[in-house]
Amino acid sequence: MSTLTLYMQYIVNGLTLGAIYSLIALGYTMVYGILKFINFAHGDILMVGAFIGLLVYTALTGDAAPGAWTLSAFFIAMLVSMIACAILGMLIERIAYKPLRNANRLAPLLSAIGVSFILSNGAAWIFGTQSRRFPYPFENDPIHIGSITITPHQIVVIVVSVAMMLLLTFFVNRTRMGKAMRATSLDQSTSQLMGINVNRVISLTFAIGSALAAVGGILAAFDFRVYPSMGTMTGLKAFVAAVIGGIGNIQGAMIGGVLLGILEAVGAPLLHIPNGMKDTVAFAVLIIVLLVKPDGILGKNEREKV
Amino acid sequence: MGEILKIDGISVSYGSIRALTDVSMNVNEGDIVALIGANGAGKSTLLKAIVGLEPLKSGSISFAGETICQPKHHGLTTDLIARRGIALVPEGRHVFADMTVEENLDMGAFMVRDQSLIEKRKEEMYDFFPILGARRKQKTRSLSGGEQQMMAIARALMSSPRLLLLDEPGLGLAPLIVQDIFSKIRIINEENKVTVFLVEQNARLALRTSGYGYVLENGRIVLSDNGEALLRNERVQKAYLGA
Repeated sequence: MSTLTLYMQYIVNGLTLGAIYSLIALGYTMVYGILKFINFAHGDILMVGAFIGLLVYTALTGDAAPGAWTLSAFFIAMLVSMIACAILGMLIERIAYKPLRNANRLAPLLSAIGVSFILSNGAAWIFGTQSRRFPYPFENDPIHIGSITITPHQIVVIVVSVAMMLLLTFFVNRTRMGKAMRATSLDQSTSQLMGINVNRVISLTFAIGSALAAVGGILAAFDFRVYPSMGTMTGLKAFVAAVIGGIGNIQGAMIGGVLLGILEAVGAPLLHIPNGMKDTVAFAVLIIVLLVKPDGILGKNEREKV
Repeated sequence: MGEILKIDGISVSYGSIRALTDVSMNVNEGDIVALIGANGAGKSTLLKAIVGLEPLKSGSISFAGETICQPKHHGLTTDLIARRGIALVPEGRHVFADMTVEENLDMGAFMVRDQSLIEKRKEEMYDFFPILGARRKQKTRSLSGGEQQMMAIARALMSSPRLLLLDEPGLGLAPLIVQDIFSKIRIINEENKVTVFLVEQNARLALRTSGYGYVLENGRIVLSDNGEALLRNERVQKAYLGA
């Protein structure tokens, strides 16, 4: 295999990983856009989403061989998990963040870290700490395109992620509530003057972000298996992706995720970073972005015209 | 016509600093009422209090017979006050800069559920403010100050409010544009039957436009009379008209 095709292969792998980062990064960035607050429990939502997805999927399919039914069951499990996580996200906001909205900026952040521990320890208590495999709901025989190999699971990850991002883009730009969400992130009190119930918009933001995290968690489960602390590293990297794209910016989160996935997949072999240490790439990128362009790729200059 | 807005002895504080002290005033339906006063007199605070963006220390505000603002968060929230039919054009315009003119108008019509009515009102706004029609697909950020002010007024009118509150609509704009905006305000009042309550530093223009006026000094109402009389008032002439 030539070096070129080898790197093409890394890019394909990075694209898959990056699509997952993007989905999760969207939740961080949407919440930040409205509340200027980093929801550090977001990574654990993806873990809960993966567990719910796995439980529903196994309950539906049992030992069935991969086929049309398992593939449908997979999407049913994803839908159930999205709804459950949307409700969980709204509940967390209501109970742990809303009462602190006018408190010191540090308070909701600490509360989020608390929620994160409760979720991951709660999952360990209920499901145990051993990791579980998410079975492929389809035959996962690699497909060869020229000298590049792509697996059906990678195709599913990319197709589902792109579909979710298109849906979100449509929602935010074309629907009444989506526009209200953008307006609220631009100017909260003026949005209220338009008759927008900001509390409802915030709930909706958590619901959508958490549903996307559930999808991200299920898609990540193919690669990373399902276990109570699976959300920590993936969540942290998705946060890095949101910062790279410009935190608060929806398109930025999409771009940042894909970019980070590719940088990780290409950067580690390029710089001969041993497998166990390849997470350094993401955080090195974070530091460079913070030093060189702290607003991120699409981040806007906060200074307003007077 | 009857009283639509009644402000009854309200006080507002920022920490230990009193911004408004025992302010009472009325706005009758169909009128244009002006509130004039120097910088820092508390004019903007009063408008924010009416829409529930500043909590009251004491007193109450009622709109069309219903109490909307009371101390200690017993009043309505801002979005519900907006739904009662009060629209505020805030000082500094506060347009949604990253949204297009059309999207800003859509936001103004957030409370309207009838899509065909929204489209009809948008067309009316584009007729009334032709420059907005020409720029409907542009980000509001790219508009000039005067255009943004018109945009903010049009956005407020999209919900067809009963009471329009305007906070310094002429601030920082060229005199000709200010004249244009005030003539539009008169048309809105006469033809659309919208009651207008405006706050303005340009006292002469404000009082000429208005049927009735109040003078606010250091958070207290010190004078009130019809617009003509205030223009002739010696104290007003000295302090606000540069006579």
